[in-house]
Amino acid sequence: MRIFDPHIHMTSRTTDDYEAMYAAGVRAVVEPSFWLGQPRTSPSSFFDYFDALLGWEPFRAAQYGIAHHCTIALNPKEANDPRCTPVLDALPRYLVKDGVVAVGEIGYDSMTPAEDTALAAQLQLAADHGLPALVHTPHRDKLAGLHRTVDVVRESSLPMERVLLDHLNETTVQHAKDSGCWLGFSVYPDTKMDEDRMVEILKTYGTEKVLVNSAADWGKSDPLKTRKVADAMLAAGFGEDDVDQVLWRNPAAFYGLSGRLRLDVPEAEGLHEGNSILRGGE
Amino acid sequence: MTQPPPRTRDNVAAALPDDTARAWFDEALADAACAAPAPPAASSPYPARTWELWFAAAGRYCGHGNADDVRTLLLVEARAGLETLTRLYRHGSAAERRPVLRALPALVEGSLAVHLVEDALRSNDTRLISAAVGSYAAAHLDPHAWRHAVLKCLFTGVPVDAVASLAQRAAGDGELARMLTDYAAERTAAGREVPDDLGRVLTLTGEEPKEL
Repeated sequence: MRIFDPHIHMTSRTTDDYEAMYAAGVRAVVEPSFWLGQPRTSPSSFFDYFDALLGWEPFRAAQYGIAHHCTIALNPKEANDPRCTPVLDALPRYLVKDGVVAVGEIGYDSMTPAEDTALAAQLQLAADHGLPALVHTPHRDKLAGLHRTVDVVRESSLPMERVLLDHLNETTVQHAKDSGCWLGFSVYPDTKMDEDRMVEILKTYGTEKVLVNSAADWGKSDPLKTRKVADAMLAAGFGEDDVDQVLWRNPAAFYGLSGRLRLDVPEAEGLHEGNSILRGGE
Repeated sequence: MTQPPPRTRDNVAAALPDDTARAWFDEALADAACAAPAPPAASSPYPARTWELWFAAAGRYCGHGNADDVRTLLLVEARAGLETLTRLYRHGSAAERRPVLRALPALVEGSLAVHLVEDALRSNDTRLISAAVGSYAAAHLDPHAWRHAVLKCLFTGVPVDAVASLAQRAAGDGELARMLTDYAAERTAAGREVPDDLGRVLTLTGEEPKEL
């Protein structure tokens, strides 16, 4: 079984996680830029983070046989902090890079005017750079947030079929599907979706354009949720091909819209078994 | 043996996947060749000159296996100066930092760019470390930094074949021999293997191997 986790924050995870993910079948991940739990206070802090998503993290992932790409954006929460908004001006130089396969996570958190501005500006950046967009849907006031998100995307220069609406659930999936966007579901231990509810949604709405992710980060989360959904799908009577579609081909097709996705993992140059990370760092 | 030199323009062109990539490559190099020497307007949010956009995009247009050489050729063709090289390195992904390091011998006179080599050697990314220990490092790293670079290769598993002028710089370096011997002792005390490369470098120092 091959698995592509289209949304996971690996900077928050250990090498044990990479090892367990590989053993579970994960061969590719996309790491969206997001907030870090602790608010940032300057654009420089973002730039170091973006650089890690384009440097150290793909290097770590490659040592465990996993292809790593990222999405770059000013996230919705920090779009509200005037100390952080200058990040928007620096995004173009990141959006031209080979490892960037989408603009994201963008979208709404509290649905403020500052979030409106950042969302519209970044949808335009995606259109300008030939990139799709990963759009986070809000956790509070979710259905209203989803409607507003779809309206803003529809008014943007970015075609709906180049947008992935993420963190969907039973209350938002129908409207999201009607919009023509790709459908993302985050499977979490306590919040968001769980495996069995995910299977029910797949039974009801089908497997087309559906992506499942762990969204694992620094909170209570599980980087193996993608595999657990695959197992739950098989147990519920879905076939291997359905699993492959949801957990590999759909994410590969969506991020492949960037023209920059590279799913063969090259062995890092000069690397062998004695390298420093596998030994636990120098 | 040291790292192979960057491939020539003709070698790289022959290795590109198709004619579309070759056309891209020719246009990018032509653009780089006529790059204005003056610094760009600071107000643009994009990489400063158009050839720098080609530099960023080389992997997806030429294939990632060719990107190192394509980017290195772009830097040389544009006669990138220290300021440009430093900016491209600082703004670069790991894949963009490597060609900056590899192009230093061709583009920078003297030791002014040694801070970029030192930055790469502080990383634990073997892609950067192996690109940092080329002929520019051999020519300009001071003895202490150079010895630590060799030791870092042994620590991180970068083959010492990547270290330019290894035999020349190691010859007669008693302090390097001491560091290698101490490292070997530390590995042995921990019940771990001593890297084969360590013995090779120790031999190159010309110092008598002590009991390991």
